[in-house]
Amino acid sequence: MKMIITQKTHAFGVNPLISKFKLMLGLLSGSAIVWLLSFGAIAASSQKGPAPDFTLASKEHGNVRLQEQIGNVVLINFWASWCGPCREELPHMEALQQEFADLGFVILAVNVDEDPAKAEILLNDIPVSFPVLFDSKDEVSKLYKVNAMPTTVLVDRDGNHRLLHNGYKSGDEVKYKKAVKALLRE
Amino acid sequence: MVQEVVVAVTRCIQIFKSISLIKTVTLISSIALAWQATGAVLPQDRSDAMYHSYQGGGMSIDGPSILLRKKIGNSVSVSANYYVDTISGASIDVLATASPYEEERTEKSVGVDLLHEKTLVSFNYTNSFENDFFAESYHLGISQDFFGDLTTLTLGFSKGDDEICRIGDASFHEKAERQNYRLGLTQVVTKNMIVGLNFENISDQGYLNNPYRSVRFLDATSAKGYQFETEVYPNTRRSNAAALTANYYLPYRASVYAEAKVFSDSWGIDANTYKLGYVHTFGDDWIVELRARHYAQEKADFYQDLFSRSAEFNVRARDKEMSTFNNVSFGASVTYELQFSAANFFKKSTINLDIDHVNYDYDDFRNVLFDAPVGEEPLYQYSANITRLYVSIFY
Amino acid sequence: MRKARLHILLACLTAIGVSGCTTTFEPWVKPYERDNLADIIMSMNRNPVSASYTNHALQAREGARGAEGGAGGGCGCN
Repeated sequence: MKMIITQKTHAFGVNPLISKFKLMLGLLSGSAIVWLLSFGAIAASSQKGPAPDFTLASKEHGNVRLQEQIGNVVLINFWASWCGPCREELPHMEALQQEFADLGFVILAVNVDEDPAKAEILLNDIPVSFPVLFDSKDEVSKLYKVNAMPTTVLVDRDGNHRLLHNGYKSGDEVKYKKAVKALLRE
Repeated sequence: MVQEVVVAVTRCIQIFKSISLIKTVTLISSIALAWQATGAVLPQDRSDAMYHSYQGGGMSIDGPSILLRKKIGNSVSVSANYYVDTISGASIDVLATASPYEEERTEKSVGVDLLHEKTLVSFNYTNSFENDFFAESYHLGISQDFFGDLTTLTLGFSKGDDEICRIGDASFHEKAERQNYRLGLTQVVTKNMIVGLNFENISDQGYLNNPYRSVRFLDATSAKGYQFETEVYPNTRRSNAAALTANYYLPYRASVYAEAKVFSDSWGIDANTYKLGYVHTFGDDWIVELRARHYAQEKADFYQDLFSRSAEFNVRARDKEMSTFNNVSFGASVTYELQFSAANFFKKSTINLDIDHVNYDYDDFRNVLFDAPVGEEPLYQYSANITRLYVSIFY
Repeated sequence: MRKARLHILLACLTAIGVSGCTTTFEPWVKPYERDNLADIIMSMNRNPVSASYTNHALQAREGARGAEGGAGGGCGCN
């Protein structure tokens, strides 16, 4: 004869509710700790000194070398076709380039797609006037210690690394514009 | 008295049902979970309109499912889902004790996702309504990226409340409640591989069985040789599930995935699930997927196909979902992607067809519709086709 | 048993959170190497509406429940 173990009946008792509450409180406080600590994790390391030189092939401007841009304010933008925020950012970059082109400002968009053809397809939809460089071997990305996608680096007229911005959120183009204006006035 | 009748009529209209009510709420949890996104970016904006269909085991269930999701600013994404099941036919459980019926279940869900740096907080409310069952649930999820976005940790909590009625029994009104605790870890292993580990602990209290399901017991005095009486389940249940998943990218733009899951609960049910899938692309616009799944479970301690007498034990079940059985499914999906210009408002649209064929094989649930000596009826088995036809648009 | 599990969980979370604080961690898959991970075919949840429906259709007829879903991978942007 099979014995059935009686199931404990504690449907709406207080004790199990308290232990559940404790567990939930534990989980929530754990989450809160994690969330608060995440604020500390965003410290971006700014490199100082001259921006490392590089030469890359571009879509329509032949081989482009950073050193040759001395005298101009340069915005280096690391982007990829598979990166949503990067795609959102491109039209804003174009607007920025158009606005300050005559004042000695150039954007170098470094594309990190392993397959550059994907970048070309995107550029058909979002045409840009600034040079698009292909870093499919990730050499320049490593050189600049890129640790977010996208990454924007501002280089002043003397070739010094001045600003590093990780990621892109709607409204960041205002920050870029401010920084570029300040560097142009120097 | 009139009030009672009105409540009874609006809540419990005159038809029988066969779908396990408890499992309905599992749908709610599943839908909510499906909305969880990766950390660091909000879920993609999209709308989906789907026609779904389940045909098999005597049942025909179909209906729409509509999803709308939109970002608001940089940090918020809102979503809403509307789902309907139109049910007709009768499963073996119903045919054994009643007659075919028709019914409709509507489920609505709203959610919001909040993004701050690498933390994503998701909140969802869902309710499900049918003439004899009402369920509400709340879901909270927190997802955090670590270690250069290679690791994602997810914590989840859900709370559900069900109200259960029974057609033809105005005095019957029961409740059940449920809490789910989830922990998930996803790890990028290489440029081409992701692995995941998921745990979920669920505890239920209250009326946990289907009020229409019956157990049968030997009765020499009745014509068939047995009689039915209502199931009696324990009023608590605690379960634990753990799953390991892996996705691997193949160089010619394809991928393979696998999942292994184990389950164990306080009712004595032990189950495991194995899944394997392969995704292949043709050009830029076609995606094809092939998959297989195997599920096996051991019966609940208080399950028996045939008891020797009425109320033999204080808890007793004959619901086939509590029996020892296995199922195997094979499925395929085809997706056609229509890419629009990236400068457009609408970025992409897809047309999709997913089909799965499932075979159920029961080891200790017998088909009483067959004429055979009591307790020697053939073991039940059936198959079903699950179809999803849907259009998605991304913006 | 419950309490011990809870304390272990909290300890892990704190440890992870604290180590997430340091900026010296060098991921072995760099953010610019996530081409394949960002591909839609590597997504754990390519079609959420279909996936959750299928999960329901299967789970409704099975005794097991839970541990569905997955998050993570993807482009890791921002």
